Amino acid sequence: MTRYFTKDHEWIAVEGDEATVGITDYAQSQLGDITFVEVPGEGSEVSMGDSASVVDSVKAASDVYAPVSGKVTVANAALEDQPELVNTDPEGDGWLWKMTLSDPAELDGLMDEASYQAFIAEL
Amino acid sequence: MVDFAGYWMPVQFEGIIAEHLWTRESAGFFDVSHMGQLYVTGEGAEAALEAVLPIDLSTLPIGGVRYSLLLNDQGGILDDLMVSRWGQGFYLVVNGATKWDDIATLRELLPDVITLNHLEDSALFALQGPKAYEALEPLVAGEYPLSALTFMRGGRFKLGGVEAWISRSGYTGEDGFEISVPAENAAELADLICAQPQVKPIGLGARDSLRLEAGLPLYGHDMTDTVDPVSADLLFGINKRRRSEGGFPGADVILPLIANGTSTRRVGLAIEGRMAAREGAKVLSGETEVGTITSGGFSPSLERPIAMAYVAADCATAGTQLTIDVRGRKLAATVVPMPFVPHRYHRKGAA
Repeated sequence: MTRYFTKDHEWIAVEGDEATVGITDYAQSQLGDITFVEVPGEGSEVSMGDSASVVDSVKAASDVYAPVSGKVTVANAALEDQPELVNTDPEGDGWLWKMTLSDPAELDGLMDEASYQAFIAEL
Repeated sequence: MVDFAGYWMPVQFEGIIAEHLWTRESAGFFDVSHMGQLYVTGEGAEAALEAVLPIDLSTLPIGGVRYSLLLNDQGGILDDLMVSRWGQGFYLVVNGATKWDDIATLRELLPDVITLNHLEDSALFALQGPKAYEALEPLVAGEYPLSALTFMRGGRFKLGGVEAWISRSGYTGEDGFEISVPAENAAELADLICAQPQVKPIGLGARDSLRLEAGLPLYGHDMTDTVDPVSADLLFGINKRRRSEGGFPGADVILPLIANGTSTRRVGLAIEGRMAAREGAKVLSGETEVGTITSGGFSPSLERPIAMAYVAADCATAGTQLTIDVRGRKLAATVVPMPFVPHRYHRKGAA
């Protein structure tokens, strides 16, 4: 499984042509207490860069963009009652949705873990 | 940390929800030294201030604290402020973001014989919450005990041996105190108060969510220089005698509005679901736009989103069902009375 990162602080963990998407620990730390997560509808098609989800914190509402194009297969239903999972385990149980990839080549434009850590170190 | 009114201020320490709930259950410490502290003295200061503010100072005793409004000639709100009567003059606390404009306005409107001092050498703290009293009481000494202060009353005390003006007031809806101390002692006194086991420091984020739950408007958001106090539901800032006598800036506009009503009104909205509606979101009745959100967010105490909005007067009655357009999503909302969370002030005569 390979994990990629975007400049908008999403992560995407890819295994074959399936992937899991969430926001990074850095993102959740910036948002503060998360009070609501709107996940995309299962079966919906997303294009790279689309606003696919909204994460609402006590401070502000933030869009979560699709890191790549594809079809949403599963949304994380646990977030309905426990949006705070995105704070406590953003890169694990706080995942947002799973998707299939329509164009795996889009992953080439994303960062790996080391590049992302270097990116946020500059922020 | 964020830049707020030219000051570097903390948004949060351990987290907005934790700090919010701590203040509601125990006591929260706020450094609000960015706010403007002014002192008005001189022969005729009382009449001069009444010409500038819609306040009735004849009923304000020494040590009394009262909410008032700085208004322009069009009836718009330039700022909201607290006025206290000290032995020799009046002590004003104004918003940090507006203090320089306020000083200019007051200096222009007050006669030359009246002295307006900006107490830049004073810091200002707030200690708010049901345990604020028990946290502060052991630290103060004075001619009378801290318990002599009831809501909207203040007095001079020694706090940790340092001269302090302490009033029983605040911006959270809780019992609590606002404490003015010399800036040179601010750090040590902040440490002294925060060392009390009931007290934790609180950032700007929870200050905003606490005041929103308390139904208290925030200047620059829930009231501006184009909004009158009647629409803003802030008539308590215009004392009764002044409503009949007038004689303050904007009175010609405001007095007819008191008699005849306004076309819009500030209301509270309880929102269904978990998604918050924030400043700028449009409020609809059916398909018709009837207003705009001016403050909104998730209420940590109620565990649901709440908001303040200006809506058309015929939609301002409690129980009215409205919808809010949050970036294309329609949220169901109901007009509810404010405060959203009951005030727990320590009023005179109460147990």
